[in-house]
Amino acid sequence: MQTTMVPNVEAKSKPRYTGISRRRRILKNLAMIIPAAVFILLILTAILAPWLAPYPYDKTSMTERRLPPAFVEGGSMKHFLGTDNLGRDVLSRVIYGARVSLSVSLMVIAITSGIGTALGITAGYLGGRTDAFIMRITDIALSFPGLLLAMLLAVSLGPGFFTVVLALSILGWSGYTRLIRGETLRIRNSDFVAQARIAGASPFRIMLRHIFPNILNPLIVVVTMAVGFMILAESGMSYLGIGIPPPMPSWGSMVADGRNDLDRAWWISMFPGILIGLVVMSGNFLGDWLRDKMDPRLRQL
Amino acid sequence: MNEIILQVEDLRTSFFTRMGEVKAVDGISFYVRAGETFGIVGESGCGKSVTGLSILRLLPEPGGRIIGGKIILEGRNLMELNKKQMRAYRGKMISMILQDPMSSLNPVYQIGDQIAESVRLHQGLPENMVEPEVISALRLLRIPSPEMILKEYPFQLSGGMRQRVVGSVAMSCHPRLLIADEPTTALDATIQAQYIALFEDIQQKTNVAIIFITHDFGVVSRICDRVGVMYAGKIVETAPTREIFKAPRHPYTSALIHSVPSLDKKDDRLFSIEGQPPSMMNLPPGCRFCPRCTFSMDVCKEQEPPEIKLTEDHSVSCWRVK
Amino acid sequence: MPDVLLETRDLIKHYPVTRGFLQRTIGWVRAIDGVSFTIERGKTLSLVGESGAGKTTIAKAILLLEQLTSGSILFEGKDLYKFTNTQLRTEYKPKVQSVQQNPWSSMNPRMRVRDIVGEPLIVNTKLSKKEVYAKVAELLGKVGIASEGMVRYPHEFSGGQRQRIAVARALALNPNLVVLDEPVSALDVSIRAQIMNLLKDLQAEHNLSYLVIAHNLATVRYMSHSVAIMYLGQLVESGEAEALFERPLHPYTRALISASQLTLPEDSDQSSKQIILTGEMPSPVNPPPGCRFHTRCAEAQDTCAKEVPVMHVVGTQQVRCHNYD
Repeated sequence: MQTTMVPNVEAKSKPRYTGISRRRRILKNLAMIIPAAVFILLILTAILAPWLAPYPYDKTSMTERRLPPAFVEGGSMKHFLGTDNLGRDVLSRVIYGARVSLSVSLMVIAITSGIGTALGITAGYLGGRTDAFIMRITDIALSFPGLLLAMLLAVSLGPGFFTVVLALSILGWSGYTRLIRGETLRIRNSDFVAQARIAGASPFRIMLRHIFPNILNPLIVVVTMAVGFMILAESGMSYLGIGIPPPMPSWGSMVADGRNDLDRAWWISMFPGILIGLVVMSGNFLGDWLRDKMDPRLRQL
Repeated sequence: MNEIILQVEDLRTSFFTRMGEVKAVDGISFYVRAGETFGIVGESGCGKSVTGLSILRLLPEPGGRIIGGKIILEGRNLMELNKKQMRAYRGKMISMILQDPMSSLNPVYQIGDQIAESVRLHQGLPENMVEPEVISALRLLRIPSPEMILKEYPFQLSGGMRQRVVGSVAMSCHPRLLIADEPTTALDATIQAQYIALFEDIQQKTNVAIIFITHDFGVVSRICDRVGVMYAGKIVETAPTREIFKAPRHPYTSALIHSVPSLDKKDDRLFSIEGQPPSMMNLPPGCRFCPRCTFSMDVCKEQEPPEIKLTEDHSVSCWRVK
Repeated sequence: MPDVLLETRDLIKHYPVTRGFLQRTIGWVRAIDGVSFTIERGKTLSLVGESGAGKTTIAKAILLLEQLTSGSILFEGKDLYKFTNTQLRTEYKPKVQSVQQNPWSSMNPRMRVRDIVGEPLIVNTKLSKKEVYAKVAELLGKVGIASEGMVRYPHEFSGGQRQRIAVARALALNPNLVVLDEPVSALDVSIRAQIMNLLKDLQAEHNLSYLVIAHNLATVRYMSHSVAIMYLGQLVESGEAEALFERPLHPYTRALISASQLTLPEDSDQSSKQIILTGEMPSPVNPPPGCRFHTRCAEAQDTCAKEVPVMHVVGTQQVRCHNYD
């Protein structure tokens, strides 16, 4: 009996593009490159904030209030994006705001996806009463008025970083549970799970080593889109005054600050607002691109 | 002898993928007469299904393209038709049955509607004549109580019955050529036997030419008059069914026949062909079967063998055959 | 005296059919309805039947993936239902392993081959990772896969190679019985012979018993020592393989054999011998009264519709048919 081997070489060979020019290839991937660039820029800005920002975010100045941005008549390079109603440099505050927004959303995502995934897999695999119980709690969490809860928490615990994280996490996990449960149901009936049971593996081992690695794909797609959504949620809370308290800038609170000056000092609200929109859109585009990439149709491997 | 309905000459179909050009079908020629069943036999990846799709010009886009050869149906070269003309041919002159009846039928439409759609499209009959035509198509496939089936949905029928309905759709416009791609693979053995007997009967009645694509030799022996054996995109041997089984001349045909266990006696040990089919992107020079062939000679490694006509009906592509 | 490894007695499995909001039971799917057979040590029993006959249900019951409605399974003479859960886990499961039909879905696409084949060892033994991998290399060698393959993923292998890896996994715990559910039907024709030869070699080398679920009779004849034919949840004929194929007793067995034969055009008397059954297998929710096969049987008589036939012993075979009363 000879030793057959050599796995299919094709899976390892370098892809040669035929029939598609280099330029078209770049265009096709633009849907990924731009949003990815935005995210990378965001992360770098957040990390390097103290070095990038020209001024401290809380340095007020009574004489330099509501200065326009450099490219508008009346502005100067001293304050590239202008100043707000307390004379603080908008650019610096936007940079620090990136740090706030990103850290809040990453922490919330870590907590919510962790809880949601664990609950979803457990519900999907164990089924029966466990499933019913977890799903009822999920339904309650989904239908609970989140904003109301956030306000209650802000009032009772006082506004702050951890209050915001708690407010967004306490219900936020429910968005993942249903999706992960669905994926788990699909995988649970696979032949390889049956094989693991035949080998004598415990349910915990199966959930951890067989189900979890196979739900990563849809999970990554959802998480990517969630980044933008979380920033939006935090911004909303800060806008309403129950988010990150001053003087720490959050894009949401900056939009709120500029609320009364929209007619004459539009830049105070505009720039943070544009950034919120940009990040949310990037998250959506990136998530869409990832979802297409991971489509089973493309898994000809 | 009946006239030749389909003549395929040097057909070449390739798929252009990110990894390179896959030459799924690389120069095949065969013909089919009216009232005759021509079998295309081979293993997965040999190009048999792609051949069927190429004849119907239904290759998946983007990526699949016929890059050479002629497909002549009753005198007309299908490669010269534009999209509109080709659509008129599909369903009316040529029809196809696929392996999985569940995905060939639309789950949300009643059976009667699905067959009627085909009839309306191709026959231009007045509305009151459509239903009788549908019922006669169902009767052709020996479906019991056709009037009741009209209102049913695919999920209400068994696998064998669904495959008959698919057959009705295919035969509803009296095509001259029917291409059947593994239609019995998903059916149970006894249902398969029924289905094949049914098709023999239909062929007798309508004189339709059938191309039967399969990997199952039992089925081939039953329904096919002549067989083409495909390997790695080429036809290596064409012969009447009897000769393929009793006197195969190509080493691959012979090895394949011997690696299938026989039902009539207990085999001591099955012959197994070593190795695997070649990658369709990195084809070896010379004969494609050479790496696995127990009879290979030096010339086999260097040059592709020509097609040699042994008799009127039997051709082989092999250097060993003089 | 035959050395019996596993025996089943009167296995019955009925699934409830429910309807409506309150899930009222309106009927039962009688998937298996009184099946008894034995598997000898070192021999192969094939369970043959068409879809709906119940063979997969039996395989699942033996692998403890399904609970029976009633009946007993005796392993090495001992009744499984008297085993405690721990005993099942330590004394039964490791000895009864399985190879499935579909080589593409039977392996976790995210695990490397060495972890896939090693999993039974990791779960059931206290061997170190190094020891496990050493055993995996040995197992892969037995099925003809080079050890470089250990770090690869399943998708890097062809169907036939994957099925070999599945066989290696099945052998990891030195089982006595391997349940093979259509082990070659998803593979190419020329690869089937390779795998069947491999299975036979391993059987001889390790004195393995096989329970093969199959529908292809030629494969069955090549691989089996004994055969059991199922129809609609019951055994209709069983016995020693060669005898059964040479002299099939039950009309259904004859029809199956006829449907699977090669019939060449010039064998003119073949076509008259061809047996084509009418109709289709009825639903297991409402099996026909009396003999379940009578609705399609060319030889059916009046008693067949009224009385359920019992198993008669005819030589080395058993057949459930009124023709042999």
